[in-house]
Amino acid sequence: MSGPRAIAGALAVVVVALCATRSAHAALQIEITSGVRDPVPIAIVPFARAVPADGGLDVAEVVQHDLEGSGRFRALPRERMPATPTRADEIAAPLWKGAGSDYVVVGRVSAMESGQVAVDFDLVNTLTGARLATQRFVGAPGALRNAAHRVSDAIYQKILGVRGAFATRIAYVAVDGSPPAQHFQLIVADADGANQHLVLESRFPLMSPSWSPDGQWLAYVSFETKHSGVYVQLVRSGERRQVSARAGVNGAPEWSPDGRKLALTLGGSSGNPDIYILDLASQDLTRITDDPAIDTEPVWAPDGHSLYFTSDRAGSAQIYQIGAQPGARPKRITFGGSYNARPRVSPDGSQLAMVTLDNGAYRVAVQDLASGTVRVLSHGRLDESPSFAPNGATLIYAERDGERGALATVSIDGLTGLRLKAPQGEVREPAWGPFSP
Amino acid sequence: MRRVIVVLLVAASLALGACAHKRPKPAPPEAPDASAGAQGSGANTANAAAGADEEGAGPQAGLLATKVVYFDFDSSEIKGTGTDVVAAHAKYLTAHSNTRVRLEGHTDERGSREYNIGLGERRAQSVRRALLLQGAADAQISTVSYGEERPAVPGHDEAAWAKNRRVEIVYLTQPLAPKQ
Repeated sequence: MSGPRAIAGALAVVVVALCATRSAHAALQIEITSGVRDPVPIAIVPFARAVPADGGLDVAEVVQHDLEGSGRFRALPRERMPATPTRADEIAAPLWKGAGSDYVVVGRVSAMESGQVAVDFDLVNTLTGARLATQRFVGAPGALRNAAHRVSDAIYQKILGVRGAFATRIAYVAVDGSPPAQHFQLIVADADGANQHLVLESRFPLMSPSWSPDGQWLAYVSFETKHSGVYVQLVRSGERRQVSARAGVNGAPEWSPDGRKLALTLGGSSGNPDIYILDLASQDLTRITDDPAIDTEPVWAPDGHSLYFTSDRAGSAQIYQIGAQPGARPKRITFGGSYNARPRVSPDGSQLAMVTLDNGAYRVAVQDLASGTVRVLSHGRLDESPSFAPNGATLIYAERDGERGALATVSIDGLTGLRLKAPQGEVREPAWGPFSP
Repeated sequence: MRRVIVVLLVAASLALGACAHKRPKPAPPEAPDASAGAQGSGANTANAAAGADEEGAGPQAGLLATKVVYFDFDSSEIKGTGTDVVAAHAKYLTAHSNTRVRLEGHTDERGSREYNIGLGERRAQSVRRALLLQGAADAQISTVSYGEERPAVPGHDEAAWAKNRRVEIVYLTQPLAPKQ
């Protein structure tokens, strides 16, 4: 086939008039679908407020929501709290032990002279009375919810030994209506589904959002020209540029770990999808696969040296690994079952999440790359698009809940999960963003 | 149509006004290169595509009225009546050499989305090759795959899936530019 034709001006910057604060759909609704048998009992006492600087946000409620949503904590209801301390030295540990809580969180929101808002919290072990953590987060009043998620992250890490991923964001696609009156929205929200921000909307499909490693940009596919194109967009300002609108398929962009390149799928005029690497600064294109099969859905290994991708070169869709340079030879990674596709690699590079055909149902599975062991983690019939949290502890994926697409999470041990539903329409293709600095 | 555009413009300017004070004014958009196609400049929507490739009703006589070819699961093989439908369109395109079509490949909802883009493209290419073999010219045909993104019918059973595994033959109103 002839090489895909580069379109002149593909890098022309197009500024999209996007309002950074504009909200999209109403907030996603959360329901916890499974949790561990013995969650950690914890009391999160209402924080001392700073009215009106806190904008009415109940920080303790956000923290409680985060921790309970993880399925690993059980919070003491407020009406059963024996006292309302806001400082560690006000906590009578035995009182809280008696109320059944192993840990107590207290805190304070205060307005600073600079106009910023400070959140202080203390975490106390009720058995020993020891103060396990004391921390302060300072930010603009509008970032108070983010500060609350950082409190959750710190508590999660102190008690469970794993960094929490509550102060992170997800991107996803929301769809209303049916063709020809479809309405697509690309949305960014906090990991708990709150604080939604509309990135782009279109009457034509929007697909495959992928975060840049710095969390500033999204790459995605848009059919707005009635032809597929790959775009990159600065989330904060809406500034975007088209980076590929070559003949045939332009799809499946995935940002390299160094943020300089995209792996993507190009079909060319002959219509045979193969994997390429696009250098974003130079626009240089490097062909990685050359096979008459469908090669697509590339994703980078965390070291940036290789790619995993889906190919039906052996007759059915399976996952392969190939060096990220021309002429590399692919190695097949999945062998169980007739369909394994859409790989995503855990942040430590040890696990591969994918969609697998399991007893006639499409489900999310994780393969341990060292041992080859596969575990099916979801239970739906049309589950897809798994994406790792940056701490590697949880996957978010898309499922079909009755007639509608919803998002769901499952912990890597399969023990905890929750569902995020839009009040109307469906949500799909979640992509979990990186840790913010 | 004009009214819709006015409403969109008003909505866009309202959206702009609402946030203009919250961030620096963006640089004026560069004029998109014509070859890059229409882009969503000047609005927060990406819907500026119309115009370049307007769709027409196309021929209606006999088999030509049928503009959809259906496929089996995970297959791009043209079968049954699909063969006759493609032959009729090939004959029409051969006789009307400045008529253009866009072949839109689709899949059912099963399997991953980008893999389905590949499968829809494979189906569109299968119809394209059949048209070329039967006399149509390459310049008359373009292809696009929507994968599972634009189903013909809702529903999540075999009856719905069978209607969604398809290639739509879309006749375009803009004729092929005459050869110089």
